[in-house]
Amino acid sequence: MQFKEIMDIISLWALPLIILVILTTAIIRKIPVYETFIEGAKDGAKVSLNIIPYLMAIIVAISMLRASGVLESLSFIFSDMLEKLHLPSDILPLAFVRSLSGSAAIGVFSDIVANNDINSYTSKLAAIMMGSSETTFYVLTVYFGAVGIKKYRYALLTGLCADFIGIVMAVLVTMWFFG
Amino acid sequence: MNYIWYFLILISIVFGAVNGTLDEVANSVFKGCELTIRIVLTLLGIMTFWLGIMKIAEKSGIVEFISKLLKPAAKLLFPEIPPNSPVIGDIAMNFSANALGLANAATPIGIKAMEGMQKMNIDKNSASDSMCTLLAMNTAGFQLIPATVIAILAANGYEHPTEIIVPTLIVTSVSFVCAIIIAKLLKRVFPPQTKEETNAV
Repeated sequence: MQFKEIMDIISLWALPLIILVILTTAIIRKIPVYETFIEGAKDGAKVSLNIIPYLMAIIVAISMLRASGVLESLSFIFSDMLEKLHLPSDILPLAFVRSLSGSAAIGVFSDIVANNDINSYTSKLAAIMMGSSETTFYVLTVYFGAVGIKKYRYALLTGLCADFIGIVMAVLVTMWFFG
Repeated sequence: MNYIWYFLILISIVFGAVNGTLDEVANSVFKGCELTIRIVLTLLGIMTFWLGIMKIAEKSGIVEFISKLLKPAAKLLFPEIPPNSPVIGDIAMNFSANALGLANAATPIGIKAMEGMQKMNIDKNSASDSMCTLLAMNTAGFQLIPATVIAILAANGYEHPTEIIVPTLIVTSVSFVCAIIIAKLLKRVFPPQTKEETNAV
């Protein structure tokens, strides 16, 4: 329980403390904090607006893909094969959705946890998969979109390979810790 | 990207027609538009705030301090960027914010690093090697404490949600290291169209 309390304190204090340290250091060094903030913040709107077309393209496509139900069907087709690899069929939609959409992944994850025993292997595996990866497509779209990069070269392949390794590792580690 | 994008939409429409979910697919177009604007608005807010804070951090020398701390690692991972460039500082701050689970702070700082890299990039339409490395670090999703997951587990009555921290950390560390190695390997398979300038900025 004590460990949890420490974690709570860290997550509560991380953000306020960072802001406080930055501002205090600046004040000590006689930097006009208010003017400097305004100067930096000016670019925020421009950069965000640049992202719109890139984000629109990818979010609409992924939203269509999810609505078509193709991910569920894929999970169903491969479920037998993957059960043998210790990947329960409930987990599969999460594995597919995790790289595509952050909010959808949280939805799928909450669903898995609600529909399975909270102490089950499935719930634990889902939690570890969820916590150990990022929404690859979203990150690529936002970062590249902000600076107007249209050719991703090997960035997408790298992200997807890492996601795949993450899934394999999640299965191995979950079996090792909780199997 | 052209084929991937086309393929995503093609599959959705064809499968939607076969599966009888075509009306949902059609509706999802507008839902997607709405979602995009909602995300951009949120991003606009946090971007504006964090770019302001980061400017203060930059002028007060904090960014420089952190980049000095992480210089050996940065030299190894980003040989294309001159070690004294402020971009190294942005990368270091981006990594730190991600590790602490401050995604809202990490994204604006990461974008700032991307802008710095774009200035050094000759072919402005194509990703440079350092950009790909930065994105490999970001898509691997390295963080010390998966706060969101712990919160959801706790809300569902899981008694010791913190016991997933260590296994998650192992998985995310391995995929983080693998992502960087894969990026470095693929760099040779995908040569850039033009050479990257190393002494700019």
